[in-house]
Amino acid sequence: MARYRSLRDFDWPLVVIALAICAMGILQIYSATIGTAWAEAWWRQCLFVGGGMVLLWLAASVDYHTLINQAPVYYWVSMGGLAGVLLLGKEVSGGRRWIPLVGGFHLQVSEFVKVVLILLLARYLADLKGDRLQVRDLLKLGALTALPAVLVMKQPDLGTALSYLPILAMGIFLAGLRWQHAAALALVGLLALPLGWHFLKDYQKTRLVTFLDPSRDPRGAGYQVIQSQIAVGAGGMWGKGVTQGSQTQLRFLPVPHTDFIFSAFAEEHGFVGVVVMLGLYFLLLMQVVQNAQMAPDRAGVYVVMGIAALLLFHLLVNIGMVVGRMPVTGIPLPLMSYGGSSVFSWFLMLGLVNNVRLRRFVN
Amino acid sequence: MNEYLNGADDYTAPAERPLRDDAKPAGGRIALFQYLALGVFLFLISGFWQLQVRNPEFYSERAERNSIKALPVLAPRGKILDRDGRVIVDNHSSFSLILSREHLKQEHVPIIAAGLNLDRGELERRLYRFRSRPRYEPIIIKEELTRAEIAFVEAHRDPEGLPELELVHAHRRLYPQNSLAAHVIGYVGEVSEAELNSPEFIKYEPGDVIGKAGIERQYDDHLRGVDGQRQVLVDNLGRERRVIGFKEATPGKNLELTIDLDLQVVAELAMEGRKGAVVALDPRNGEVLAMVSRPAFDPNQFAGRIRSEDWKLLVSNPDNPLLNRAIQAQLAPGSTFKPIVALAGLESGAIDENFRVRCPGGASFYGRYFKCWVKQGHGVVDLHKGLVQSCDVFFYNVGNRTGIDDIARYAEMVGFGRKTGIDLPHEAEGVVPSSQWKMRQFRQKWYAGETISVAIGQGALTVTPLQLAYAMGGLAMGGVWYRPHLVKVPGRREPPRIAKINPENAGKVVYGMYGVVNEGGTGVRARLPGISVCGKTGSSQLASNQALKSGKLGQTLKDNAWFVGFAPCESPEIVVAALYEGGEHGYLAAPIVRDVIKAYFDKKSRLGAALVAENTRRFGPQPPRAAPWRAAP
Repeated sequence: MARYRSLRDFDWPLVVIALAICAMGILQIYSATIGTAWAEAWWRQCLFVGGGMVLLWLAASVDYHTLINQAPVYYWVSMGGLAGVLLLGKEVSGGRRWIPLVGGFHLQVSEFVKVVLILLLARYLADLKGDRLQVRDLLKLGALTALPAVLVMKQPDLGTALSYLPILAMGIFLAGLRWQHAAALALVGLLALPLGWHFLKDYQKTRLVTFLDPSRDPRGAGYQVIQSQIAVGAGGMWGKGVTQGSQTQLRFLPVPHTDFIFSAFAEEHGFVGVVVMLGLYFLLLMQVVQNAQMAPDRAGVYVVMGIAALLLFHLLVNIGMVVGRMPVTGIPLPLMSYGGSSVFSWFLMLGLVNNVRLRRFVN
Repeated sequence: MNEYLNGADDYTAPAERPLRDDAKPAGGRIALFQYLALGVFLFLISGFWQLQVRNPEFYSERAERNSIKALPVLAPRGKILDRDGRVIVDNHSSFSLILSREHLKQEHVPIIAAGLNLDRGELERRLYRFRSRPRYEPIIIKEELTRAEIAFVEAHRDPEGLPELELVHAHRRLYPQNSLAAHVIGYVGEVSEAELNSPEFIKYEPGDVIGKAGIERQYDDHLRGVDGQRQVLVDNLGRERRVIGFKEATPGKNLELTIDLDLQVVAELAMEGRKGAVVALDPRNGEVLAMVSRPAFDPNQFAGRIRSEDWKLLVSNPDNPLLNRAIQAQLAPGSTFKPIVALAGLESGAIDENFRVRCPGGASFYGRYFKCWVKQGHGVVDLHKGLVQSCDVFFYNVGNRTGIDDIARYAEMVGFGRKTGIDLPHEAEGVVPSSQWKMRQFRQKWYAGETISVAIGQGALTVTPLQLAYAMGGLAMGGVWYRPHLVKVPGRREPPRIAKINPENAGKVVYGMYGVVNEGGTGVRARLPGISVCGKTGSSQLASNQALKSGKLGQTLKDNAWFVGFAPCESPEIVVAALYEGGEHGYLAAPIVRDVIKAYFDKKSRLGAALVAENTRRFGPQPPRAAPWRAAP
């Protein structure tokens, strides 16, 4: 195979935007954890981003067709991993989500399952003939997505389990759907809502109820939403400045370095900072989509668009939660939130985007 | 499950893919996704616009006001009462100092430490321990503030002063004077970091004051209340704007003990200046009437936060005042064990009432010469005389005939070698040696010569004073043992443990113990006019005679004196065991037991009204002379 790949062909704007977002995240982690037990998180996050760059390069260097080929193996290995988490994972505040690794690090398998699922669904969809999905295909795709989602729900981690759905939705959307099937899906979804409610944990129900009306329980479940809104609002147009946000510094804000990092950011950098930050995310998303438009085949399109859908979903749910327009589900903000597993999986996905881009001139 | 997933082979290589692999048809749908993304971003931006630009004043004012100060409303612990409802442990009001860390300026720490007579290093360590708790949660840094310290806090209330300090009303534990019943009651203290890490203490949080020993520990759940909380919104000057939540504190419940304060006082006085323990039980139900351990500590030292130098002094004291000797001292019972050996001999049929031995002052067994405590000997001795005169040679022979395993069986039957199950933490078990025990412990077989020592309560045999009182009480009842307890559990009455003992044999042993006190035996000092007291003396060696000869003789190596007595002999109402460490001979422990038994019957016959009044005056709880600031906040 000719060495058509070179560093010049990488999507450099994409990488630079991603690193800029990471840098803002590290600054915010530093500011939010100063003087707490998490004070060392910011430089660990630096290490995670450094490791992420290596992963990005690795994920770009092997032809994505090969990766798609091997997707079933990854899939079943990661399902085993999810089962392992349930059996012997480390319990942190009522949930089992992590597998302990050497050196005090923990692996959150459910984050990496996203990457695997994107590859697997791309493989299945790219192989289909015809321009509409059959019922049989829908059922298979649904089952492949439902298995990890159910395992993750058991941890329990509703947010991450839900984040597998946009990948499936995007796949179905691109592959094409009969309108009768779409209607049937919508109906099934509607009917499943009360049933799903039944399976939720109590705290998840409370979160959903308080989303609809935070003032119901201002010191309990609504506390996070209200405090987050106060933090955002207190930031005003120009923000209070780094390490100056009272909501963040006095710990009124829950987990200001992970799930609510954007709320801390909004308090300290204001509306201007928010617009810049959202602009960066928008550019990142559009850059990803552009790579999908230039993809050499359908497999590439499915991979890149799956990533785009996942990114949009994360931004909507996490930032929507910060401004009180989405329920509290506890999913991290891509590239900003503290956490090795999340950072690594996002850099892996950006690597896949580059992977597809590097092969656009083939055939 | 899925033929698609298994069929990795029939996947075709990318180069040979057909034309349908063209990516173009997706173009329109990708464009649709771009519009959706734009919509999502506009939706999010509008959220921030709403909060940050439209009405930021509303939120910034809320954030500014948003210093919730949660001030604890401390719950008083329940009082501890004696069986007649007299207060043993009370509370008194005091002020505690609270530090709200969200307003704490680092440069204030040395000022605070100096103004409140706190050790700066200790204060900083304390702040460090609480670093992972939310900062709006205040911490108590000092209890029992003096007038001068309260004045210091009041003088620095202004915003330029030390606004991080706050006074709260607290209830400090007030224990009796003169260490009365110190070991039974125990003490309270702040839960330590090490305790918080153990599963037993899982329900506590840092800063909680909990029972650390004795009744305070055992019945902590009953005694401790639930702290309330006052949540106030304060502005940046520390002024309270509004109370947003108030939760009343639930006081702890009072606890009535089975202890009789009058008997307790008599026992305490009898042990004054001595080392040892006294336990008085009611053998008819297992109620503990008195329990003393000396030397004692002053639980009031613990009521606030014990100073580390006081703690070091207590821990390094060679007499170990923190040890509750009544349930934790495991010592050889000496001759007080002889009634049990006699019972074992009679019950196992090794001896009968006609069994006689001539005591020439010693005897040889298995090639070793064992002395009797009377050098010139006791002459011809039968069971009764053997108990009355406590003849060692007689019991050497009984033990030799009975054998170690039967002795051990009866020792265990009366309650030695395991916990009595009293409702106090950390009770000791003692040791009942047997051939099985020796095999288990040392992987060696039992030598018959060792039985001879055990027959007079020496050797590896150890008991606690509580076990001795418990065993003798049950034996005097004819084989009925009630679990000793300090708190009556209402309603449920625990059934006693009953052993099948021939009442005739038990009667012979009790008759021997009657002789000890009333027929010129070793325990004549326990005699009381008009009351039939039974008892048994004992003195146990701490070291073998060889060790004594080889030098290094000291106060600590003197023999321990024991006496266990009960009355009335025929239907016992009280059984008392006394241990007088270093008391040389058992007859010196007898007056201690006599005093307690006398107090019991005096009180019963209402002769003791004056005693009750006197004891309440002398030992009842009194607030400290330097009463703290009394004004309500």
